[in-house]
Amino acid sequence: MEPLEQLHARLLSAFPGAEISIVNNPGPAAQHSLLLPAALAREIAFFLRDDPALRLDYCSNVTGIDWLKAGHIEVVYHLYSMALKHGPVIIRLRTANRTDAVTLPSLTPVWRACEFQEREVFDLYGVVFDGHPDLRRILMWDEFKDHPMRKDYIEPDDYEWEPTPHGAIHDKAKAHYPAAVTPAEGAAKP
Amino acid sequence: MSDFATSLPAGISEVDRTELRRQGILLTSLEEFYNWGRSNSVWPLQFGLACCAIEMIATSMARYDIARFGSEVFRPSPRQADLLIVSGTVTKKMAPQVVRLWNQMPEPKYCIAMGACAISGGPFKQGYNVLKGIDRFIPVDIYIPGCPPRPEALLHGLMALQEKIRGQKLTGPAAPRHLQPDATCDYSIPEFGAHDLEPTKNPTVFQPPVIVRKE
Repeated sequence: MEPLEQLHARLLSAFPGAEISIVNNPGPAAQHSLLLPAALAREIAFFLRDDPALRLDYCSNVTGIDWLKAGHIEVVYHLYSMALKHGPVIIRLRTANRTDAVTLPSLTPVWRACEFQEREVFDLYGVVFDGHPDLRRILMWDEFKDHPMRKDYIEPDDYEWEPTPHGAIHDKAKAHYPAAVTPAEGAAKP
Repeated sequence: MSDFATSLPAGISEVDRTELRRQGILLTSLEEFYNWGRSNSVWPLQFGLACCAIEMIATSMARYDIARFGSEVFRPSPRQADLLIVSGTVTKKMAPQVVRLWNQMPEPKYCIAMGACAISGGPFKQGYNVLKGIDRFIPVDIYIPGCPPRPEALLHGLMALQEKIRGQKLTGPAAPRHLQPDATCDYSIPEFGAHDLEPTKNPTVFQPPVIVRKE
């Protein structure tokens, strides 16, 4: 498959003016990715799927990343080609913020395999996918209000029974400890 | 173990009874006979939740052969089951259904919490989506630790349950639930809340001991 820089240049010529950039992965995996503008994401996705040199016909994974300090959520798609036996090409979409502008275009019309995984990202990260055929929670129940994979998620405080706590759990369990018995009270009891 | 001792007919000792049986005279009490029959036909509910269920299935097959203990009849309906083996992780999404199955079982019924997850949440205890032990909603008779417990451990748990059944009195305050007229077999089913199950536990069932720490 062509190198990512070449693909990047080809995408820029196919979509002039689009803000497509390469996000480098400094780790040993070195899986660099393409950051796509949300408005053009679906057209670019169709291009990646249908281009005869790429034919990325298989979306193997969709996941989310919550960038708490930067203030946005990313959705990452891993694409492979079953026809040409290459991949992955990794694309990222980015929401405007983490609170009210969390809508991104759904890529389920491009790759049907995204349907459940976008529902999972919607469930756990709270990203709303525009154009998804059936956007409901998939793991948590429908009445659930939180998004547990967000970094600022506050978990339910059910640490009342921790017989052998340690570390962070110990700190949480301390709030449920009974008041210490003073020596006078302890002596009064048989 | 004295609570689990098989009750004797009035006025004879264990030695006397054993001697009489050796001579071909069967002397028993209704309580002993009734509990003997009950303890040897504990039919579990055919219900698995996670990897512990695989061990439960292995226990029911020929190599470990739970049929030796009269428990081979895994019932596909809670209406016909005596024993709920909670075999695996109970997620909060699954917990109301487990309690509902327990409510649908007729008395007398017993519950085995099999494996670390069913006891306390196990390796997923700190997860937001896992119930920290089924004993928060269901009265558990036997806890079997392990991750997952081996089939031998499940058989040992079943034998402990049989001993418990054989030691139960038919009258008085120590009688099991189904012989107490005011006892209920209906346990509150939690609702799905905005952040957690509501309520997060059934306080009439879940009463952990209070540990006073010095610090």
